[in-house]
Amino acid sequence: MSGTDAISEYLIAACLLLVTVTATVAALTRDPMRQALVLAMLGLGLTLLFTVLQAPDVALSQLGVGTAVTPLLIMLTVRKVRRSAVQRRDGERQR
Amino acid sequence: MSRVLRVRLFWAAAAVFAVAFAAACTGLPRFGTLSHPYGARAIAAAFHQRTANTVSSVNFDQRAFDTLGEESILFAAVLGGLVLLRRARDERLGGVRRGRVLPATRLFGSVLLPITLLTGVYIVAHGQLSPGGGFQGGVILATGLHLAYVAADYGVLKAIRPLAVFDVADAVGAGAFVGLGLVGLAVGAAYLQNVLPLGTFGQLSSGGLVPVINAAVGLEVGSGVVVLLAGFLDQAVEINSPDEQDNRTGR
Amino acid sequence: MTSLFFLAAGWIFLVGAYGMVTSRNVIRTVGCLAVTQSSTYVLLLTVGFRRGGTAPYFTDTSTRTPVVDPVVQALALTDVVVGATVTALLLAIALQLRKRHGTVDPDALTGLKG
Repeated sequence: MSGTDAISEYLIAACLLLVTVTATVAALTRDPMRQALVLAMLGLGLTLLFTVLQAPDVALSQLGVGTAVTPLLIMLTVRKVRRSAVQRRDGERQR
Repeated sequence: MSRVLRVRLFWAAAAVFAVAFAAACTGLPRFGTLSHPYGARAIAAAFHQRTANTVSSVNFDQRAFDTLGEESILFAAVLGGLVLLRRARDERLGGVRRGRVLPATRLFGSVLLPITLLTGVYIVAHGQLSPGGGFQGGVILATGLHLAYVAADYGVLKAIRPLAVFDVADAVGAGAFVGLGLVGLAVGAAYLQNVLPLGTFGQLSSGGLVPVINAAVGLEVGSGVVVLLAGFLDQAVEINSPDEQDNRTGR
Repeated sequence: MTSLFFLAAGWIFLVGAYGMVTSRNVIRTVGCLAVTQSSTYVLLLTVGFRRGGTAPYFTDTSTRTPVVDPVVQALALTDVVVGATVTALLLAIALQLRKRHGTVDPDALTGLKG
């Protein structure tokens, strides 16, 4: 095993550790709005991992989907759900 | 099922999974193994089809029929999402508050918007040569378009995003993939067989059917993500559901 | 020691499933499903890695260069994008749930409503 191979394997191990920790945090976060932010970080971590695993194709789609589309969709859904909840509570208070 | 029972069932299933998965992992070839029989055969086949990006060759040539299936899942998910997100009869459109945008953000957005769209087109077009293709390029095109929302406001985004056009483009992209498969049948080969001229290895025109299918998939993914995001944005920003309206009139 | 790379994928799968089972908010359930899904990409790509291999493109490298396995990359690549649209479909169902039943807590859904 040559030196560069060893370095790239340490890099992979470090990125994998980052991904595992971020995924654990993301799965255990209760508030969906915060979870969306952690998922964006997980997307970034996965992008790094896929890049060091020599899969730029997958990294590219993970970058667009994981850091932008999925968190954005979750945030928009939470916003819609919260907007109706907040207004319902306000309405009850004023009655 | 009660909550306690559900969590207990999970722990039992998780224990079984953990043991079985760990046992399976010890039987796998070790990490970084030098022997990849499927990979070696796929690479040889990609050379035969003169496609420099072997991943694209696998996706859009060697297992194109499988990708057609995945692409149909995507199309069905977009269609189902749109049906669920459309404005119901008891919902009304509210006015959108105009946001204030910092001049620096506006400048940044208007510079980046064309660059991002150009990058997206480049990535779709070079799918047979370098990392990229219809799936990645489509996502980049769709998210890039939403820089208009960040840099300006919702009205501007709606102006540069005629949804009727994107609805049709989504269907055209999906239909084009199915239609391209028929080319093979027309010349007496198999469905989705790569029968177009293969070109020179490493050139933009190489790969035969691969760049054409890439363009169809790019069109479908790009417009599909755009109409999905539009549905969610409308729900979150513009549409007032009945319970929200009751409160408004009660005030 | 090297099977630790594969076991990480199993851990991500389990922790995502745990989040789904204990969730009291369907939006969070969908987020946890996204975590579970990413474990499959991690497993596929670690299985396809080859020591000393480069990315499987031969645009400006010799055709004899050792590369990593392109088949697993092709499998993961399409699913990343398809998975995002399925996530969107699930979130749209969550929105409908909120509109029709007034809740996003799966435990508060008692019985079917006509």
